[in-house]
Amino acid sequence: MNILVLADHDRGTPKKIAHQLLTAARGLADGEVHALLMGADAGAHAEQLGAYGAATAHVWDDSDAEDYATEPQTAALVAAVQASGAQVVLYPGDPLLSDVVARAAVRLEAGVVTDVTDVERDGDALVATKPIFGGDMLSRCQVEPGRPQMLGVKANAFAEEEVGGSPADVVPLEVTVDDAARRARVVEVVEEQSSGRPEMTEAPIVVAGGRGLGEAEGFALVEQLADALGGAVGASRAATDAGWYPHQHQIGQTGKTISPQLYLGVGISGAIQHRAGMQTSQTIVAVNKDPEAPIFSIADLGVVGDLKQVVPALVEEVEKRKG
Amino acid sequence: MRIICPVKRVPDTAAEKRIAEDRTVDRDGSEPVLNANDEWAIEEAMRVKEAGKADEVIALCMGPEQAQQTIRKALSYGLDGAIQVSDEGCAGSDAPATARVLAAALREEDWDLVLMGNQSSDARTMLVPAMLAEYLDVPALTYAKRLEVGDGEVTVDRETPSGHQTVTAPMPSVVSVVEAINEPRYPSFKGIMAAKKKPLTVKDLAGVGVGADQVGAQGAWTQVLDISPKPPREAGEQVTDDGSGAVGAQAIADFLVRQKLL
Ligand SMILES: Cc1cc2nc3c(=O)[nH]c(=O)nc-3n(C[C@H](O)[C@H](O)[C@H](O)COP(=O)(O)OP(=O)(O)OC[C@H]3O[C@@H](n4cnc5c(N)ncnc54)[C@H](O)[C@@H]3O)c2cc1C
Ligand SMILES: Nc1ncnc2c1ncn2[C@@H]1O[C@H](COP(=O)(O)O)[C@@H](O)[C@H]1O
Repeated sequence: MNILVLADHDRGTPKKIAHQLLTAARGLADGEVHALLMGADAGAHAEQLGAYGAATAHVWDDSDAEDYATEPQTAALVAAVQASGAQVVLYPGDPLLSDVVARAAVRLEAGVVTDVTDVERDGDALVATKPIFGGDMLSRCQVEPGRPQMLGVKANAFAEEEVGGSPADVVPLEVTVDDAARRARVVEVVEEQSSGRPEMTEAPIVVAGGRGLGEAEGFALVEQLADALGGAVGASRAATDAGWYPHQHQIGQTGKTISPQLYLGVGISGAIQHRAGMQTSQTIVAVNKDPEAPIFSIADLGVVGDLKQVVPALVEEVEKRKG
Repeated sequence: MRIICPVKRVPDTAAEKRIAEDRTVDRDGSEPVLNANDEWAIEEAMRVKEAGKADEVIALCMGPEQAQQTIRKALSYGLDGAIQVSDEGCAGSDAPATARVLAAALREEDWDLVLMGNQSSDARTMLVPAMLAEYLDVPALTYAKRLEVGDGEVTVDRETPSGHQTVTAPMPSVVSVVEAINEPRYPSFKGIMAAKKKPLTVKDLAGVGVGADQVGAQGAWTQVLDISPKPPREAGEQVTDDGSGAVGAQAIADFLVRQKLL
């Protein structure tokens, strides 16, 4: 069984999730592990993926990947599945890449399982475990035997592990992009905040703020704590609705689902719709002045106190202990 | 110009969920609701219509007879009518099977824009919009937080982790929206009353030309082996700060060190 990993990267530097997925693939494949890198500078460091077990890195560095939405990348993913002979694709649950997988799955008649947190091999089938209903239950599923299998793996579900393999064989991928694939044209890319912080859905640590911050400026506290811990910033809907922080940082039922190693929530009550996006976090810490706040019922550590006192003191304490 | 909004009936997140014998969600155990993300799509469609850029807005739902309650809720926002695909064969559909049924229903209609939520709160696959577009062979502009309908084309600001991309495509197109796009109105009393009389066309699978082997558990490309409750998380330690922040900060820093997070 060959496995293809859709290796997300930032201008050629593979993201953590790419390393995590390659590590997972190595544990499952009895054939070769391949990687696909698409977009600007995709090949810049592709050979380094060998250290995580990729035998071959298929690189498609073409402006079509940047200038048009989804469909050229769909053609590239289909081409890479064919070139690698993979029966399995592991991909990160990133929204934009999920679109690419969705279209490719229809073309390849492949089954897709999303939000996977664990995978076991059962002969040629992969049995995937995924949390459902906001983490209240676990479901084990598999793709119908005989079909290509595409598994969307959650960030941090697998720890990255180097094997010290030889550099990956970097091969340019041949992709035919027809005109129809260029229907959705990207006319502008706007970076609203270039914070240098990790992405919320990928970060091992997420510090989230809610209505208890009192005002937009309150997020400065959250950012300071996130920066001290090297984490990302998240928000409750009350905070994004109020315009205190951009919507893409919203955690919960109508926002994003995260499962970092540490979720640290401040001034968030822990409504069920919020918990639906974070209760699969590995550890949960909450700061709230109300001892009855529902977030405390799922927190590994709850601090009853005023965030305006606790957060600055914690930033100082973290800096001190980091030395 | 005609807009169609796919809407899903989902269990209320706040309610208890049960798993039925056939490993599907028991939707009868709780009062189901209209998927929240679809409300933003409906609101956006109504705004396009109110701006004089659309003639008609129609809801489309694949769901059992009881889903008509949800459809009427969607209609109460002022939509012009609805189409329901209702057939026992639909039960157990996965994302591609759902997209096949919705695509088949759309092929029977005139439309320029499909406007839908980016995710359903129960399945949460985020796959249906792009799969639907693939089956219909049209572009998908997903995760829109701003929408503009022009002459024969549609432009959206597509949310990315650090900002957005502005993407434009000719119609017909599929657009999925995120919460940031608007603030949905509350249905008016007049809207709720009018919804009862709006035309609702109910079709079965044969009516949209989909074979039984293409949908439901039989047509699904994925199989659920089992579902088990996750042991509920338990409350851990609770520490009360002394008012200065020092006690709370110490407790958290100690905890992070113990967890090897610091
Ligand atoms: C259909 C639907 C979908 C939804 N989707 C989402 C979603 O995706 N994400 C989401 O988050 N919510 C969602 N919600 C909203 C959710 O129900 C809650 O309203 C929301 O999560 C509350 O946000 P909050 O915890 O920041 O605010 P609140 O519930 O108001 O809590 C604020 C907390 O801050 C504490 N506090 C105040 N001041 C201080 C201080 N100085 N120090 C310490 N603590 C303080 C208070 O004790 C309180 O517990 C949804 C709701 C619905 C109906
Ligand atoms: N049974 C259904 N009937 C109509 N629309 C649906 C159905 N299932 C999903 N959708 C649409 O697909 C969107 C994304 O759902 P999902 O891919 O399940 O997260 C929803 O917001 C709905 O607009």
